Amino acid sequence: MLALVQNECIKMIKKRRFHVVILILAALIPIFTYAQMRIAQNQLKQYGTTDWRADARQKVNDYTTRLNSPRMPEEAKQYLKVQTQLLQYYLDHDIDPKAPNAVTFTRDFAKNSIGLFVPLLVMVFAADIVSSEHSAGTIKLLLTRPVRRWKILMSKLIALILFVSLSVLALAAMCYAISGLVFGYGGWTLPTFVGFRTTGSTVDVSLVHAVPQWLYVWMELGLVWISGLVVAFMSLMLSVLIRSTAASMGTMLAIIIAGTILQNMVSSWESAKYLFMVNLRLTDYLDGSLPPIKGMTLGFSLAVLAVWSAAAIAVSFYHLRVKTY
Amino acid sequence: MTSAAAPERLPGKQAPVVLSVRGVKKTIRGKPIIKGVSFDVREGEIFGFLGPNGSGKTTTIRMLVDLIRPTEGTITICGCDVQRQPDVALRYVGCIVENPELYSYLTGWENLEHFARMLPGVGQDRIREVAAIVGMDQRIHDKVRTYSLGMRQRLGIAQALLGRPKLLILDEPTNGLDPQGIKEMREFIQQLAEGGLSLFVSSHLLSEIQQMCDRVAIISHGEVIAVGDTDELVRQLGGLAVWRADPVRQAAAILRDGGIEVLDVSDAATGQADGDAHYVGSVTVRMEPQDAPELTRRLVEAGVAVYGIEMKHATLEDLFLSLTAGERIE
Repeated sequence: MLALVQNECIKMIKKRRFHVVILILAALIPIFTYAQMRIAQNQLKQYGTTDWRADARQKVNDYTTRLNSPRMPEEAKQYLKVQTQLLQYYLDHDIDPKAPNAVTFTRDFAKNSIGLFVPLLVMVFAADIVSSEHSAGTIKLLLTRPVRRWKILMSKLIALILFVSLSVLALAAMCYAISGLVFGYGGWTLPTFVGFRTTGSTVDVSLVHAVPQWLYVWMELGLVWISGLVVAFMSLMLSVLIRSTAASMGTMLAIIIAGTILQNMVSSWESAKYLFMVNLRLTDYLDGSLPPIKGMTLGFSLAVLAVWSAAAIAVSFYHLRVKTY
Repeated sequence: MTSAAAPERLPGKQAPVVLSVRGVKKTIRGKPIIKGVSFDVREGEIFGFLGPNGSGKTTTIRMLVDLIRPTEGTITICGCDVQRQPDVALRYVGCIVENPELYSYLTGWENLEHFARMLPGVGQDRIREVAAIVGMDQRIHDKVRTYSLGMRQRLGIAQALLGRPKLLILDEPTNGLDPQGIKEMREFIQQLAEGGLSLFVSSHLLSEIQQMCDRVAIISHGEVIAVGDTDELVRQLGGLAVWRADPVRQAAAILRDGGIEVLDVSDAATGQADGDAHYVGSVTVRMEPQDAPELTRRLVEAGVAVYGIEMKHATLEDLFLSLTAGERIE
């Protein structure tokens, strides 16, 4: 089995698919870094430079008065308390919360890439993993070797998981390395809010607390990884079902893009929440954005994605077993 | 029709059976593609699988190596059922189905390494060995996309030989090769058989099969219509003669009346001058030379102009024509 996985990894690298992923990242991250830099410069121009401390102190005073007010509801108090602690943290450590840094950039990039960018990167190497063997005719050699068919597919699946993990890590590492050149490599311990809970159509903030930003980035990357894996499994299935690489890639692309469009449209079509492609933006649950459809939570999305993945893998294995060549 | 029916004089007659195909049928979407194929391939022999394009050769080969499942019948390789234990049975087989397709973005060596990893106990030494057997040691580290068809063919065979198989299945191995390449391939196949390997070679080229195969199965429209020793089959056919006569239809009728089996009639080319022997029609019949004077007399008496009689040895082509009642192949 190890030898088969080794085969798949060698083919992946020799096909230069992973090179493409790295090149795309290397080309795009500097562009976004530059854009981020311009935004920061603009803000600086608008709000001035030095008075963020004064502004923060003002806010702390303001929140404290409101917290002492008896008319304040309990949940709102909790949220304000956290906000106050956070501002106090910035003041104590002399950190401008609006100043960009490499870790913040990585955080934002991961959040924005989960819906479309990461799926596309994954498709670069996942879409043709079986169909390329078809178009080259090498599938006949693979299947006439004394190795069971499910083992061949399993080795491809393991190779995919490996390369999805590598891609997510490469994305994070390159974001940090490239943006750090401009913004500096700090920001690891910057507090970030977590603990949002979506109940119905509102966001419950009563459990919100702050965690260091490095932990937040890791949580985010984990979610990006999960959503990348789901896309990889779906691509694998299409690659088994559809013999033409172009057709399987096109189909997957259409599905992913349909997902991003649907997210903006389906607020009234509730059963759409069972489609896998509207559940890919897992990081939204982390920062408290409202879910596209009422009743979606992180647990729900993970369950939906798990069911779709399991089905895709089952279909792939079944189809390759009974298929004739 | 199995080989047991035909008298054999091969040295490998008592050799163990490596591949056994019994009553194999394949129906695709209600359409019978393979209607019944049975034959045995013995150790150390070159077995020809002959049939016109579209007769079911490749479909049969695909069933031999478990790419498709037969609807009926069994295939065993070295005693292992291919459908029940593919991972054991396929250990004894090396194959090239249709074209020698390998990873064009890998080097020849990397391709061999790739397939060696799928076999138990095949290491670097064996890779070097098979590369030497097919004479590829020179360019083994070049990318496969730079190889000529002949080199790909050889690399394909090297890949098939990696696991020290008992049976090598080659689908149209000389397709697309130049005459020199065809000759080399033929010699190479014979050399492999001398080393004790059984070879199963499909082809639509009769001359090729006749030149290199010990035994042959002839397939037409999904059915094996003859299995046997190549020379034996040809000998059974008896003598053949080609009559050049005018009018050719009348000649054919007279010969048929005389109890002679007419295999083929080709009309005179139209628009040519009468009496030019090159453009006179011909009748191919099965007959022995001693019948020629009597038949000539009858034709002449009936007013048929006889331009020539040519006796010839039967070939597989004639055998094929007589078996399929005139269906033409190359």
